[in-house]
Amino acid sequence: MISFLHATVQAGTALLLATLGEIITQKVGHLNLGVEGMMLMGAVMGFMVGFNTANPIMAILTAAIAGATGALIYAFLTVTLKANQEVTGLTLTTFGAGFATFVGDKLVGFKLPGEINHFFRQISLPVLADIPVIGEMFFNQNIYVYMSYAIVVLLGILLYKTNIGLNLRMIGENAGAADASGINVLKYKYGFIMLGGALCGLGGGYLSLVYVPVWQEGITAGMGWIAVALVIFSLWNPYRAIGGAYFFGGLSIIGFRLQKYSLPISIYFLDMLPYLATIVVLIFMSLKKSKENKPPNELSRAYFREER
Amino acid sequence: MRIAKRDELTGNKATYVRIIAILAALLFSGIFLLITGENPLEIYISMIDGALGSGYRLTETINIAIPLLVASLGMMMAYKMKFWNIGAEGQIFMGAFGATFFALYFNTLPRPLLLILMAIGAMVMGGIWLLIPAYFKGKFGTNETLFTLMMNYVAIKWVTYLQYSMWKDPNSMGFPRIANFEENALLPKLFGVHIGWLIALVLVVFVYIYMTRTKTGYELAVIGESENTARYAGISIKSTMFKTMLIGGGIVGLTGMIQVSGISGTLSVELTGGMGYTAVITTWLSGLNAPAAAVVCFLFALLEQGGSYIQTAFQISASVAQILQSIILFFVLGSEFFIRYKFVRDKKIKEVLK
Amino acid sequence: MTEKIVSMKNISKTFGSVKALSNVNLDLYKGEVHSLLGENGAGKSTLMNILSGIYVPDEGSLSIRGKKVRLRSPKDSIDLGIGMIHQHFKLVDVLTAKENIVAGYNKGVFVKGKELTEKIKATSVKYGLEIDPDKKVYNMSVAEKQRVEILKVLYRGADVLILDEPTAVLTPQETEGLFDIIRNMAKEGCAVVIITHKLNEVMEISDKVTILRKGQSIKTLIKNETNVNELTEEMVGEAIDLSIKRVPLGSRKKVMEIKNMTVLHGDRTKAVDNINFDLYSGEILGVAGIAGSGQKELCDALAGLEKIHSGDVLYQGESIRGKKPGDIIKMGITMSFVPEDRLGMGLVASMDIVDNVLLKEYQKYHGVMLHKKTSKEKAMTIVEQLNVSTPGINNYPVRMLSGGNIQKILLGREIAADPSVMITAYPSRGLDIASSMLVYDLLNKQKQKDVAVLYIGEDLDVLMQLSDRILVLYNGMITGIVDAKATTREQLGLLMSGVVEETDENSQKR
Repeated sequence: MISFLHATVQAGTALLLATLGEIITQKVGHLNLGVEGMMLMGAVMGFMVGFNTANPIMAILTAAIAGATGALIYAFLTVTLKANQEVTGLTLTTFGAGFATFVGDKLVGFKLPGEINHFFRQISLPVLADIPVIGEMFFNQNIYVYMSYAIVVLLGILLYKTNIGLNLRMIGENAGAADASGINVLKYKYGFIMLGGALCGLGGGYLSLVYVPVWQEGITAGMGWIAVALVIFSLWNPYRAIGGAYFFGGLSIIGFRLQKYSLPISIYFLDMLPYLATIVVLIFMSLKKSKENKPPNELSRAYFREER
Repeated sequence: MRIAKRDELTGNKATYVRIIAILAALLFSGIFLLITGENPLEIYISMIDGALGSGYRLTETINIAIPLLVASLGMMMAYKMKFWNIGAEGQIFMGAFGATFFALYFNTLPRPLLLILMAIGAMVMGGIWLLIPAYFKGKFGTNETLFTLMMNYVAIKWVTYLQYSMWKDPNSMGFPRIANFEENALLPKLFGVHIGWLIALVLVVFVYIYMTRTKTGYELAVIGESENTARYAGISIKSTMFKTMLIGGGIVGLTGMIQVSGISGTLSVELTGGMGYTAVITTWLSGLNAPAAAVVCFLFALLEQGGSYIQTAFQISASVAQILQSIILFFVLGSEFFIRYKFVRDKKIKEVLK
Repeated sequence: MTEKIVSMKNISKTFGSVKALSNVNLDLYKGEVHSLLGENGAGKSTLMNILSGIYVPDEGSLSIRGKKVRLRSPKDSIDLGIGMIHQHFKLVDVLTAKENIVAGYNKGVFVKGKELTEKIKATSVKYGLEIDPDKKVYNMSVAEKQRVEILKVLYRGADVLILDEPTAVLTPQETEGLFDIIRNMAKEGCAVVIITHKLNEVMEISDKVTILRKGQSIKTLIKNETNVNELTEEMVGEAIDLSIKRVPLGSRKKVMEIKNMTVLHGDRTKAVDNINFDLYSGEILGVAGIAGSGQKELCDALAGLEKIHSGDVLYQGESIRGKKPGDIIKMGITMSFVPEDRLGMGLVASMDIVDNVLLKEYQKYHGVMLHKKTSKEKAMTIVEQLNVSTPGINNYPVRMLSGGNIQKILLGREIAADPSVMITAYPSRGLDIASSMLVYDLLNKQKQKDVAVLYIGEDLDVLMQLSDRILVLYNGMITGIVDAKATTREQLGLLMSGVVEETDENSQKR
């Protein structure tokens, strides 16, 4: 059981990073359906650099930059050129997939150099790893996973305790108000959409550098789409995203494990569970009409100051 | 220099802008191709050749265009009501499921009857799959984009279940699949292509008339613009929405039937190849106009088939077509900006038309 | 001689094909309250949006404290001490007052909660602006939200304050409170600009008045040297009689009875609370009240768009409670509704005039297909009779028309339906004077046709001149139904603030 929990964290980390990325993007008012594409771009570029340079830090950075670049295309189209956000995001996914396949074709089947594997080995954190159950689950992981914890905390602080976070939230709720308050809406949007993309890229990098860890086409297997669902599931809150990501991560590997036991429910229905769960959350949210837990007001709207 | 809103360009001017965007995209990609050591002109020409160059290739192109068009026609109706769903993928699968049910269990019926039953089954399933999120949107205001995205996954998993478990063909060794349909569950061909093309054209006319000349089409447009105005005019939103989703979802579901019955001869999770998401894009590009959708879908099919062809002819990865397609789309998406806004110089008003 | 703080010279601005401002001049001095007066659409908001950095002028120059400046964004303007309080508040509902005030003007990495609360409290006491810094905006009243907006600009050290139609959402008493705050600010040395179209307010609070007409600055006058008539003349460009002629009452037969009607909000609180009144043919019943007193819900309920929670509505003795608009139409009841949100509710913005007229006609024909012939004819009649300025009735979306023409189409369509009851909400909002007078004239004509008219308005002067009786709503309840000829602004103001009088008419309510 404990090993299952341990595996859950690993299975959920890529999802967590991508979800955090999309949360930031949506908080600033943009719906980026290109998560899958940005993850793939991060995965392939991170793998390529890791394979060629054997430098894990470079690989991680590259994954982030690749994701951010994809996001930059989206940002330019939807922020400056005010294009339709849903369609642009979908196109980004197609582009990212094509790009990743194109670059990755030459990398299929190759193994990462030993230095990389060694860097991402399991590291037990002293004292913390000794806590029963939780210790094994959370504190006996690899550096990438620890990095994701740090990112969650940093994002939480950024959003709710800093001035930048306050400004960000204002833009996502009422861009006109933010603009009138003197906030540079354009800069914030570009900056945070790209940060969101970088996190998605990091998610993809995790898959190709640590979890799988080879390059294969479709390495994300639709995880980018689940991330979009998770953003709602976690009500646009980074802390809640952890729970959701590990829950979904766990569900994705549970099917395999449960094959040992002959259950009355087919594993294929268990596969459906994450999506059904998200539907329930969606319905529940719309029922409650809470003033606090709703999508950012400006989601999907382009901002034009001189709009009459 | 800064941005100012302009009086919207309409009709022909707008089309010119889009055509220029496509050409710019081709130019941009061409430069890219040059860098990777290929001759872009050669590639573009052979893409067109690969899509239209022979009877066989043209057939392949049409085969790609048909389901895309039918799905777009179905989605267009929901979009007119501002119901931004991306659920085509799921509706296609569920429609395919409905059709497959009849194909597998009623395969002793005469062909015309069986095909009609399959079509009805497909339309009912497709309609239901769209009605569920529509109901929640209408009653509680639940976000339809995300709901239908999830429904897509439920549908895919359901078909996975069917393929791997309940309807698994006992004769398939190693790789699980559902049995091939009998002859009488397959769509007949007309002029070398399965009659899906005829169905598609009929639907183009039907959807066009429905949306522009009928009362329900009018009500649709009013509701899409303002629910309050619609209610005030005495329009029953529930009833119109029900009719529209049923027909729209039904048409998308029919796509599933056309695919299993006309192309693959069986049901599998590979049925759509993500076509449902492409249909979202083509629907948007068509400006919710049925004849325009026909043109857009054909062009998309051309790109895809051409890309498939150059994969073998030039040993280029099939992903090149994907990349080319997305670059063209990016440019077209960006060009919308120039239709709605213009650049203005400070101090002097100087109109830059691009 | 006081110091000149702002100097705007030869400002011009074009939107698309509309020239909003041409060669406008304006000077602002320290300690002075300056009114910017003009009709709807004259360019007042546009001019101030330029001063606050939201719009960039196409031509002209701007000097602040003697230095020529170019404002590229609101931030530039704020840095120079200019603060604008917009008509539609720019606040974020889910944030607190403190967060709204501080966002965008915060130093350091972390939000310093306690420090800010102290600073805000100090500023609010200094100017007499009462607010709770930790209250969420969605819990605030309109006047409270306005105070947050004012604090926002004062917090940033503004000494030039621009208020855009600040009294539109306030009762007469609250307006006095605001004027006290403005006088305070002027005493402290601020330059205050008030954008308004209300003449009596101009005469009360300002030191100077600048009049804009059709995008041009006409004159700058000193309040003490002018009067209401001169101001009107300059605003409109001709001597215009702003008084509305009251036409004689019609047959005064009881057409509608509203009995103990209660309508609920989405969150189950009462929007309309147990009200009783009657509508008579050939009479105009005006409805007054501060925004959000239940006017919208009252209208919607009568038109069949909103559920009546308890009580009843009788039309010529027959109950229409629970009937949908479609049913009401089928019953043969012609109730025409001109909602306040014209493009959002009465008309379909992206459709042309014919298709909009079609909205009321299309159900009269059997079958599946649309028949547009009658609508085309009606559309042409409306355009002709009401002098609607439009390139065409076909293929030209109505949202491209000016506010006045849009309203003409809406009214024209409703009148063409030959109603026996006409319910209109703020029909002259956003219209220039000429169009407004036309609207009132049309309502009078309906009254002469023996139609029962329910008129919801915000301009007390218009209400007093146009209506026969005035019903005042406060918090969903009727605080009084008075004779329009006999009432005063003071009485109406009190009723609007919830002070209930003991009169014969509203003792029914008990």
